[in-house]
Amino acid sequence: MCLGIPGKIVEKFEEDGMQMAVVDFGGAKNKICLEYIPDAKVGDYTIVHVGFGISILNEAEANETIGYIEEIKRLSNEMGDQS
Amino acid sequence: MKYIDEYRDAALVKKYLDEIHSVTKHDWTIMEICGGQTHVIMKYGIDQLLPKQINFLHGPGCPVCVTPLEMIDKAIEIASRKEVIFCSYGDMLRVPGSHKDLFTVKSEGGQIKIVYSPLDAVKIAKVNPDKKVVFFAIGFETTAPANAMAVHHAHELGLKNFSVLVSHVTVPPAISAILDSPNNRVQGFVAAGHVCSVMGYNEYLPIAEKYKLPIVVSGFEPVDLLQGVLMLVQQLEAGKYKVENQYSRSVLADGNIAAKQMINKIFKVADRKWRGIGTIPMSGYILRDEFTVYDAEKVFKDVADIKTEEPKECISGLILQGIKKPVDCEAFGKQCTPTHPLGATMVSSEGTCAAYYNYGRFNS
Repeated sequence: MCLGIPGKIVEKFEEDGMQMAVVDFGGAKNKICLEYIPDAKVGDYTIVHVGFGISILNEAEANETIGYIEEIKRLSNEMGDQS
Repeated sequence: MKYIDEYRDAALVKKYLDEIHSVTKHDWTIMEICGGQTHVIMKYGIDQLLPKQINFLHGPGCPVCVTPLEMIDKAIEIASRKEVIFCSYGDMLRVPGSHKDLFTVKSEGGQIKIVYSPLDAVKIAKVNPDKKVVFFAIGFETTAPANAMAVHHAHELGLKNFSVLVSHVTVPPAISAILDSPNNRVQGFVAAGHVCSVMGYNEYLPIAEKYKLPIVVSGFEPVDLLQGVLMLVQQLEAGKYKVENQYSRSVLADGNIAAKQMINKIFKVADRKWRGIGTIPMSGYILRDEFTVYDAEKVFKDVADIKTEEPKECISGLILQGIKKPVDCEAFGKQCTPTHPLGATMVSSEGTCAAYYNYGRFNS
């Protein structure tokens, strides 16, 4: 139950006074609650837990994770060159 | 799919592994908290690819596993009543109570519904005014905002037939309890990225400072976990003890403010019992006084008397604290399997014993 899954917001709507959305999880679509990420827009990716979006994924930060290993390799090479 | 595939890239995984092998000089014992991370580590064989010097222990972050037997027995008692529709996350139905599980209650005619979101339980209450609808509100900080919203929403709708059976726990007190144990071996923590997406990581700063131990908030894909381990080992080898955030694409230092406000509106912090571990002071949530009309233990007053002793043969308590591994248990894979579980760590899809069994870790 603790498994949060990233999904793409494809539609926003209101239901019973709550902000809701349809989220696409790589083909499977589900309805989720957006009350905790009210600024989320159609096209944003969110982590969904038990039917609630809990965060909006940050693309720039995501790319940093991918680039992190290259960065530390570059730094260790630079330090190696200096020694 | 975006935000998944790139974090499972074999070439990138290899680069991280090479770097971890190159920076690891000493023996280190580290623990991941979250059961979801335990499964990723086992599924992708990360434990077997890391240097021999790194001993990975698995923490208590499996909500199904730590829900006390007593609460399962209370759930079974409530769900057995004719006037009740009992709603639960699916994983709870197979957890054995003292005499039976919720699936057995369902087979005996109990009205039990598996829901995806707690809001589904509120909807069921709305369309069944003649029934008492009870939601089994369990879990860590990840489910707390959703469960709190269900109570808030039922309150807004003026529902009189909705209540929650609350068994909510939180991660930081469990980390402190593990570190205070005389048997503790953990030298660094991989903190749970989704718990921190809700709560942020500021509450881990005093823990890192007090115990002089590094904590790295990590995501759930193989590259996330390997980067988390690398950041942890870099700190350990350098004698540092900072809180770092590997999972910055989802986690902010302050977490999700709106979610935390709703948790605080509905719940208050209190002592909670953990299955196999016992009571940890101020380690979870109960409903605030103004919302106790939604407390299933008050609505069904007689269940308050249910007191249960944990069976002695299962060592899940020691496994949840990282003192033992599943392979240290004589019953593991023999009398105790996912089809016939003796304890919760084998039942839950997030449990450590189930992960070891499903991914073939039969030898230490």
